[in-house]
Amino acid sequence: MKFFAYIAIERKEAILDPQGKAVEHALGSLGFREIENTRIGKLVRLTVDAATPEAARAIAESASEKLLANPIMETYSVISVSDESVLHSTEWMGNE
Amino acid sequence: MRTRIIVFPGSNCDHDAMHAVKNVLGEPDTEFVWHKSDSIGSDVDLVILPGGFSYGDYLRTGAIARFSPVMRSVIRYASEGGTVLGICNGFQVLCESGLLPGVLIRNESLKFACKEIYLEVEREDTRFTSELDSGEILRIPIAHGEGNFIATDEVLADIEANGQVMLRYCDAEGQVTREANPNGSLNNIAGIINKEGNVMGLMPHPERACESILGSADGRRIFESLQSHFSASLRGATKERRSNLVLQP
Repeated sequence: MKFFAYIAIERKEAILDPQGKAVEHALGSLGFREIENTRIGKLVRLTVDAATPEAARAIAESASEKLLANPIMETYSVISVSDESVLHSTEWMGNE
Repeated sequence: MRTRIIVFPGSNCDHDAMHAVKNVLGEPDTEFVWHKSDSIGSDVDLVILPGGFSYGDYLRTGAIARFSPVMRSVIRYASEGGTVLGICNGFQVLCESGLLPGVLIRNESLKFACKEIYLEVEREDTRFTSELDSGEILRIPIAHGEGNFIATDEVLADIEANGQVMLRYCDAEGQVTREANPNGSLNNIAGIINKEGNVMGLMPHPERACESILGSADGRRIFESLQSHFSASLRGATKERRSNLVLQP
């Protein structure tokens, strides 16, 4: 079965995120006074062929450990495993 | 000195390294090795991982190159005591592969830094720096967007305590200051060596500072240190290797 595994990769809190800071200031200038902190990470979507969601999750975790995240500066989290693509929507493709 | 320069898709300082070692230093046995090779060959004295944008810096700089087929051979060679010099992207690949501690991240300024900087030499007692003096100031160019060296507190303390820092960013007077740091690297670290002393990584480009016509020849003595390290060991070479050398044109 095909599963979509979404992995969020973030810089560890102790690591400076100048990009996040720059975006935070930009949001502030746009009037978003309520936004206190912004950090930029990565979202990886894996299409995994596995028997169960748990098996797919294990594969996603293994891929994260081995390659997708560098443990010195990043943490990862498999935030979703589903047989449907969570973010992709055909409506987005201009079928307004 | 048998030198092999690894070429990944996206490496672009491989020819500068070739020019420095083959033409400027006059070492004829210098060749490229494409990243798909499963071996760097035998009896290699020096492996260079050159600068560039291997795999377009996708995911993280050096993260994918670190798994190229040739890297199995390079990692085995390094663990057996072989000499490896990682320049810029090469340094990033060495950190990703665990041959060196720490990691290089985006410059603190978020800007690509392309300029000549000053470096203070911390160690003169390694095969990479024997022709240099401790405390000497070198003028070498940098060209990087991800040269910010970081490590956990424990690893950084370990690196410092073990004397693994080879080069630090400094000003023209040799003062190691915040202003002299082009990328935010912890402790102004520009280059480090592993505990065993056979693997070195640095963000600046010594291969672009081998001829004074390019603005500085301060980088040349890093290669000359390696050259003299290997001529010293050549004198103790086996009879077979000596006769192979005689047969080479």
